[in-house]
Amino acid sequence: MIERHDSVVVTTVLRLLIPVAQLFALYVLAHGHESPGGGFQAGVILGATYILLALGLGREALDRRVNEPVCLGIAVGGVLLYMLTGVAAMAGGGTFLDYSALPLPVSPVEGRFLGILFIETGVMFGVAATIVVLFCRLADRGGDA
Amino acid sequence: MSESLLAGLLFLLVVLAVIAVRAADLLLAAIALGGYGLVMALVWAALGAVDVAFTEAVVGAGATTVLFFAALLRTSRRRSPVANPLGWAAGAVVAATGATMLWVAAALPPWGDPTAAPAVHVSPRYLVATIAETGTPNAVTAVLADYRGYDTLVETVVIVTSGLACWLLLRRDPA
Repeated sequence: MIERHDSVVVTTVLRLLIPVAQLFALYVLAHGHESPGGGFQAGVILGATYILLALGLGREALDRRVNEPVCLGIAVGGVLLYMLTGVAAMAGGGTFLDYSALPLPVSPVEGRFLGILFIETGVMFGVAATIVVLFCRLADRGGDA
Repeated sequence: MSESLLAGLLFLLVVLAVIAVRAADLLLAAIALGGYGLVMALVWAALGAVDVAFTEAVVGAGATTVLFFAALLRTSRRRSPVANPLGWAAGAVVAATGATMLWVAAALPPWGDPTAAPAVHVSPRYLVATIAETGTPNAVTAVLADYRGYDTLVETVVIVTSGLACWLLLRRDPA
């Protein structure tokens, strides 16, 4: 079990750092069209902020916000978002994952732009939740959890 | 990016890799591996592969290091001495493989060669058409998420499935 860190420096820095890092993760996701980054990197950063939370503020701080079944649901939901984007393109008359056919009131090019954003969002949730689940399982010591 | 700096980074990689393999303290080994990821990210950035560098920095230097720390919570910091009867044979195989890879590397096209086979096949097609077709200036994102969307979909499935498998294997009550 990871205890809350006693140092006021650690807890204060983490309280400031974690929201900024989470905002940065969303920026990496949303700006992946223009700059390096995308759903995968955003997901790792987002997941890492929750791990930081557990490392610095104690495992209870993490458990108050998410638990493992919720994380697994988010991870699978991310994959489903990806797949549903592909299926929605089929419903719009295209082939699987042909975002230009997404049934949205936008041009085909904008549809592909948005389709990329949708699937990157799915990737972000899948990756972030998977990392948090891995950490939660590993950080529990056998008996005293 | 000068070649001597790149050579220095590659040398640092070898040093960190040896530390990670040889360190008796596994916490030191995990930190060395995180440093390896960080230097690797710098190498990717030096080679112009910024997306790969970003991924290496957050995964190699960040996430895996923390996961190794978490794994150390469940075990001991000390490496248990294990007699390896295949030590010399394994070393010979590794040395032969490394020598083969160095030998083959001489046949690769020079870095940044615009006439190399990968640079003249589909890459120009993506670089020219990406903005017109997807409105996405970052061609790497467009290739990963759109042109090769199936790849990325199945990669995401692999990540989530491996996470589920680890979750099942590391259950609290192995009943």
